[in-house]
Amino acid sequence: MEFFFQNLINALQWGSFYALIALGYSMVYGVLMLFNFAHGDIFMVGAYIGFGVASALVGFSAMGALALPNWLILALTIIVSMFLTSFVGMIVERVGYRPLRNAPRASAAITGLMIGIILETGNLALLGARRVSFPSLIKSTTYDLGGVFVTNKKIMIVIVSLALMYALHRFVRKTKWGMAMRAMAFDFVVVPLMGVPINNVARMTFALGSALAAVAGIFFGVAYPVLDPYMGVLFGWKAFVAAILGGRGSILGACLAGFLLGFIEIFVPMIFPSTLRDLIAYSIILLILTFRPHGFFGEPYSARLRL
Amino acid sequence: MKATSENSPKSNRSRARAFREYFSGVPLLGWLAGGLVAVLLERFLGTPLAHLLGLPKVPVLFGCVIILKKPLLIPGTVIYLLLVYVLPVGIVARLCGSVINRLVSWLFNLSPTFSVIVHLCLLYGLLSIWSGISAYRLLTLKLTLIAVIVTLSLNIINGYMGEFSCSHPGFMALGAYSASVVTLLLFVDDRVFGAALLPEALGPFMFPVALIGGGIVAAVGAIAIAIPSFRTRGDYLAIISLAFMFIVKSMIENLEIVGGPRGLSSQPNYVNLPTLFLWTVAAVWIINNFVRSVLGKALNAVRDDEMAADAMTVNTRRTKFVAFLFGAFWAGVAGGLLAHVLRYVNPGTFGIQKLAEVLAMVYFGGLNSVYGSIVGAVGYSLLSEALRPLELFKWIIIPLLLILVMIFRPTGLIAFKEFNVMNLIRPKGKPIREESTSKGGVLIRS
Repeated sequence: MEFFFQNLINALQWGSFYALIALGYSMVYGVLMLFNFAHGDIFMVGAYIGFGVASALVGFSAMGALALPNWLILALTIIVSMFLTSFVGMIVERVGYRPLRNAPRASAAITGLMIGIILETGNLALLGARRVSFPSLIKSTTYDLGGVFVTNKKIMIVIVSLALMYALHRFVRKTKWGMAMRAMAFDFVVVPLMGVPINNVARMTFALGSALAAVAGIFFGVAYPVLDPYMGVLFGWKAFVAAILGGRGSILGACLAGFLLGFIEIFVPMIFPSTLRDLIAYSIILLILTFRPHGFFGEPYSARLRL
Repeated sequence: MKATSENSPKSNRSRARAFREYFSGVPLLGWLAGGLVAVLLERFLGTPLAHLLGLPKVPVLFGCVIILKKPLLIPGTVIYLLLVYVLPVGIVARLCGSVINRLVSWLFNLSPTFSVIVHLCLLYGLLSIWSGISAYRLLTLKLTLIAVIVTLSLNIINGYMGEFSCSHPGFMALGAYSASVVTLLLFVDDRVFGAALLPEALGPFMFPVALIGGGIVAAVGAIAIAIPSFRTRGDYLAIISLAFMFIVKSMIENLEIVGGPRGLSSQPNYVNLPTLFLWTVAAVWIINNFVRSVLGKALNAVRDDEMAADAMTVNTRRTKFVAFLFGAFWAGVAGGLLAHVLRYVNPGTFGIQKLAEVLAMVYFGGLNSVYGSIVGAVGYSLLSEALRPLELFKWIIIPLLLILVMIFRPTGLIAFKEFNVMNLIRPKGKPIREESTSKGGVLIRS
């Protein structure tokens, strides 16, 4: 039982990375009906931006220019990186997606893939092939909860991720911008006639998704402090799978599917050899999609697909 | 002065048109003959000429490597390219144009099939002499031909049927591993499968059977995607196919009997240039006939509107099923060929990297077009080889180029164009100017 709870905590942490990234896919899909295949690499860029900001802040406080406690550095890193990464997302939207809004959907998928490759290679060209290690900002403290060992990092990651997801949910449901997003997801043609600035809404959707991906990247750096330029590829595709599994455009579905993927990936190696992890994870997904082809919360296929 | 400067773009355009008109009477056979002369010239005079121009050796890939690496040698390279490729091709094509035209029309009247065979023989001769210069050229050519087969097979599903299938690396892996297992088991003494079961001399004759077997295994695997495609399409099918790709890769990694993550090596060297050329020609011919058949037109109907197609008595399920299996079959064959060209496969070859590459080739060349697939595959492969000296920046330039293609031609360079062999081999009429019409310079093809 302790063993189970121990892994439950790990799975929650692992799933929150997937869920945060999947939200970006899902929101862009809901609003533009396009997949942002560069999103996995935006996660990578977010992690590197976080690394840069954190290193700079640590360096400043080591020099004595401004003495900041570590938790404040982490909080500042998260906020500044969210801000900077959202600009990366907006640039991606402007370069790769806006010119292709009326093109076949697959063409936009190709530009997304290519922007992803450019981001990876650009990072490789700028920083070289070596891996960088994220500065350890929080001193790891382990709490013993009746045989289950929990570190403060894990608690922070899970709680902040859940809080962000809830905040996003509130934003989409309660604000005017959120209403514009939902309206655009509902109908792409009529909504601009109602005075909704669709370009701004699309840009903001990309910015929001990228900011969440940046948080996921920083948390990944905090939990597993090694970053490399290709870390976004596999994460991105898996989160994409989670976004589809949750049902397109559904925020709740993306979160649930992200956590589900995390659970599968953590619990499968407990029972089977760890090399079978991908095989079983994807087989389960294939089974779910066979019996529920539209994901958890997706609406059935309609003629709205523009291809 | 002002008038001339205003006229200059127009005169440029008319000059380009005059240039095109000058060569318009040259049939395909003329170009092939010119190319043959050029490669023969390079074969016999290439090395001394290169030394004369100060180049260390014959430029391998049209001088791209030299131009990118050693800027000092650019003039020599350009002169070499002009002397060896551009001038001979142009002169031979133009001078022998009328003779060859008569020959082509004689051939065409004799039998179009025979004419096609003559064209192919000439093309093969050209390619084999061109690639005979260095092993690197040969390998590049082989990989390019395989890329043509893969791109065509993906175009059936993504272009003609309009799905977004991500499973092609999976099909290739199935084909590659099946064909490799057959040849390793039967004809080679190796560590994994033990002694050969059949005499080694039989190998090259049984190799097509192994390849077709690989294709059939891939097609059987494709059933796993074809059946969900009855109920869903678009993004969910994309995910199903993506999951299929990961499952195949992970399955092979866990099968110790085929080497697991280490992969399989020491496949016999059966794929020489003639074999590969024949397979490529067969693939282009069969796929082209497939997409122009009633079934191929049914694919387009399913893509444009499934319900309307159903109402028009198109059996959508059968159409989808056949298309997936057919595309997967050719992907499997291409995988088998790839395994025997590289003589080594491992599961990592057939991952997301491969997927991005294949998708890029299809969408670069053009959807719904055999022509476009050939152009896309050849262009992408040659480009990625030619830019190799740029190392890392190659992966910035190629994606940028693709993004530009997608922005300005969202369906690819040559999309929605039929590949009509009869039009290609037809003799070109001499350009005749009609004197009395208002449209000067209209071409009338006899």
